[in-house]
Amino acid sequence: MYDAGKVIPGLIAFVVLVTVPFWTNFGKAAPEPKPELPKEYKKCVESKDFMRREHMKLLRKWRFDVVRKNMRIYINSEGQPVNMSLQNECFRCHTSKKKFCDVCHDYVAAHPYCWNCHIPPEEKKGWATKEVKNWTDEVSSEQPASHH
Amino acid sequence: MLEKALVGSKKYYALVFFLGAVFLVGFYFFLKQLAFGLGITGMSRDVSWGFYVAQFTYLVGVAASAVMVVLPYYLHNYKDYGKMTIFGEFLAIGAVTMCLLFIVVDIGQTHRLFNVLLHPTPHSMLFYDMIVLNGYLLINLICGWSALHGVYKGTKYPDWVKPFIYLSIPWAFSIHTVTAFLYAGLPGRHFWLTAVMAPRFLASAFCSGPALLLLLIYIVKAFTRFDPGEKAIRALAKTITYALLANLFLFGCELFTSFYSGIPGHQFSIKYLFAGLHGHMKLVPWMWTAYALMLVAAVLLVIPKTRNNLGLLPLLCILVVIGTWIDKGMGLIVGGFVPNPLERITEYMPTFPEVMISIGIYAAGFLIITVLYKIAISVMESRGVI
Amino acid sequence: MDRRSFLRAAGFASLAGLWASATVGVLSKREVKAYAVRPGDKALTAGRWGMVIDTRVCKDHPECEKCIEACHHVHNVPHIPNKRHEIKWIWKEEFEHAFPDTAHEYLNEYLHDREFLLLCNHCEHPPCVRVCPTQATFKREDGIVMMDMHRCIGCRFCMAACPYGSRSFNWRDPRPFIKDPNPEYPTRMKGVVEKCTFCTEQLAFGKLPVCAEACPYGAIKVGDLSDPHSEINQILRENFTLRRKVHLGTGPSVFYIV
Repeated sequence: MYDAGKVIPGLIAFVVLVTVPFWTNFGKAAPEPKPELPKEYKKCVESKDFMRREHMKLLRKWRFDVVRKNMRIYINSEGQPVNMSLQNECFRCHTSKKKFCDVCHDYVAAHPYCWNCHIPPEEKKGWATKEVKNWTDEVSSEQPASHH
Repeated sequence: MLEKALVGSKKYYALVFFLGAVFLVGFYFFLKQLAFGLGITGMSRDVSWGFYVAQFTYLVGVAASAVMVVLPYYLHNYKDYGKMTIFGEFLAIGAVTMCLLFIVVDIGQTHRLFNVLLHPTPHSMLFYDMIVLNGYLLINLICGWSALHGVYKGTKYPDWVKPFIYLSIPWAFSIHTVTAFLYAGLPGRHFWLTAVMAPRFLASAFCSGPALLLLLIYIVKAFTRFDPGEKAIRALAKTITYALLANLFLFGCELFTSFYSGIPGHQFSIKYLFAGLHGHMKLVPWMWTAYALMLVAAVLLVIPKTRNNLGLLPLLCILVVIGTWIDKGMGLIVGGFVPNPLERITEYMPTFPEVMISIGIYAAGFLIITVLYKIAISVMESRGVI
Repeated sequence: MDRRSFLRAAGFASLAGLWASATVGVLSKREVKAYAVRPGDKALTAGRWGMVIDTRVCKDHPECEKCIEACHHVHNVPHIPNKRHEIKWIWKEEFEHAFPDTAHEYLNEYLHDREFLLLCNHCEHPPCVRVCPTQATFKREDGIVMMDMHRCIGCRFCMAACPYGSRSFNWRDPRPFIKDPNPEYPTRMKGVVEKCTFCTEQLAFGKLPVCAEACPYGAIKVGDLSDPHSEINQILRENFTLRRKVHLGTGPSVFYIV
C-alpha cells in the first residue's frame, strides 16, 4: 500500500471520531420518554400501539384527504366517525404540546413543523383571552378538553 | 483534470479566495433571510417578484448564449471558434448554476423545493423550466468536460458526446423560450403579454452572453498566454452586433404596438419605466441609461472600423452587458408588476440584504467559471494547444 | 484484480445495495390499514359555487366592514401595518380600481362612491392553477380554487398570474400580527401564499361562508351557479351584474350588482 504510514492512522482516527457518540455515552442512557396522557379520555382515534407507530402516516393521509379530497370524517378501525382535524380533534384531548408531543419528538430529535401553522393547544388559551364579537361566539365556543 | 484547479499562480489563489469570501458573506445574509422570511427583501404584495427573479432571467440568457459559439463550430465546422467553445460552455455552466441558486433563494419554503419533482405538473411552465435548466447544466457539463478531456488526453472527444452536442443547440434556445413563456402567458400582465417576449429574450441573450464571454476572454488573455485568435473575436463581435440590433428592433416593435394602438393598459408599464407614472419615477434614469448605452454600442458595433478595433471592443461589450442587464435585470420584471392589476402603483428597489445575497450568488458563479477556466487553460497549456 | 476492476465492482455493488434497500423500503411501506373516509356531515355541495355581492346594500352602510372582519378573524389573517407585506383575503375598492377596464372620467355619482368587496373570484379557468408548479393551488370539482398550504413552495408564480390581485404572500411570520386568533383554524407560516378559499371548512359542515353569514344586511349571497333553480341564479336573472375583467376569459364566479 502506498503511504501506509498516513492511510492507516488516518483510518483509525476516522473510525474513532465517527464512533464518538457511542463510547462517550457508554453506560448512560437518556430516560425513556413519558408523554403525559390525557386524564379524562382513555381512547384515541386508534389503539395506542397503532398511534405510536403510525400517527405521522395517519396525519399525512388526513391532510391530503381533507385539503385535496374534501373528506372530513374518518371511520376508525372500530367504526367510530372521527373529525379529521389536528386542531379540532387531536388537540381536544391532548391539551399540552410540551408534555405530550414534544416529549417523544425531542427524544428522537424529530422536528415536525406542523405547529408553525396548526395552533398548539397551549397557545389556544393564550390567545383566546380577548373579547370577541357576537357572531364569532358560535365559532370559538368549543373549548379545549380541560374546560368540560 | 480537477487537479489543475488546485495549483496556480498567486493571483489565481487570491481570486478564488476573494470570490469564496464574497460568497460566504452572501450566504450569511441568506441565513438571515431564512430566519426572517422574504420580507427582508424589497418585494411586496404588488411586486411579488424582484431582483432574484430578474437576475435569474438575465442569467438564463447568458447561459443560452453558449449556442452562439457551439452552433457555428460543431454544426457548421467554423474552425475559428475552436478555442472559444469550451469557454462558452463553461460560462454556460456557471450561468445556469447561478440561475438555479437565484431560484433557490427566491423560494418561500426552500425545504419544499423537492415538491416540484414529487408533483410533476405538465401545465405549469415552471415545471418545464426546472427540467430544461437542469438538463442544460447536465448537457454542458457532459459536452464541455468531455471535449476538454479529449484535449487532456491528446485525442478527439469520444463519439458518444456528439449527440449531446447536437442536443445542446436546440436545448439552448428552449431554455430561454421556456423562461419567456413564464411571463408571456399571464393574462393579467400586459407588459409581458406579447408574442415578441421569447424572440426578445433570445435577442437580448445572444448579445449579452457573447459580450460577457468576450470580456472574460479578454481577461483570460491578459493573465495567460491564451489567445482565441482575432478571427474568432471578430466573428463573435458580429454576432453581438446583429443580436443587439434585433433586440433594439424588437423593442421598437413593442413601442409601436403599445403607442400606435393607444391602448392604455399596454402603455402604462412602458410609461412607468421611461417617464414615470403619477410621480413614481424610480426606474426612469436606469432605463434611459440602459437604452442610451445599448444604442451607442449598437452604432459603434455596426460601424466596421469601431467593431474591428480590438482595443475598443471590450468597452463596447461592457456597454452591451450593462445595458442589457438593466433592461432585463431591473426593468423587465418590475415593469410587469407596475401598475398592479388594480391599477395602483407600488414601487420596488432591492434592499441591502437582497443585494448582498445576489452578489454572493454572482461570486459563486464566477468562482465556478474561474475554476473551470483555469482547468481549461492549464489543460490546453499542458498539451501545447494554447 | 487491478484497481480499476475493484472500483468498478465496488461501484456496482453499492448501486445494487442502494436499489435493494430502496425497493425493500417501498414494498414494505406499511400503509394505514382499514382507512375509510367520507365528507363532512351536512356538507353543502354545489356543481359550481358562485357569489353575488349587492353593492347597493353596501352603499347604505359605508362604514360596515363586518364581512372583512369576520373572514379575517375566523381565518387568522394577520393585520400587518406595512402595506408592502399586507395580507388580505377580502377588501374594499373603488369602482375605478375594481373595474379599471370599465371606469371612465364621466362616471356617474352613483358609482363614484360605491365600494366593492374584492376577493378571489374562484375563476372557471384560473390562471393561478395553470401556473402552479406543485398543484398547491388547484380547482375543486365544485369550482372552488383551493390552497394546499402543505404543498406550497412559495414561488409566487400564482401571484404573478392572478389578474385580480387576490393573493397575498407571507413575507414574514404572521403570528405576531394576529391579535385574536381563532383556535379552530390554523394560521399560516412565512413563505406560503394565501387567499380566500370560499370557506371550505364551513361548507364541509353545512355552514355558509363566513362573509355571507356575517353580513347583517344580506348583501352577500352564495349559491350553486349550475343549478338553474338556485337563489343565486334567480338573482342573476333579475339584476344587472358585473364581473371583473371578463375579457380575459377567466370566468369569475363572483358577481356584483351595481
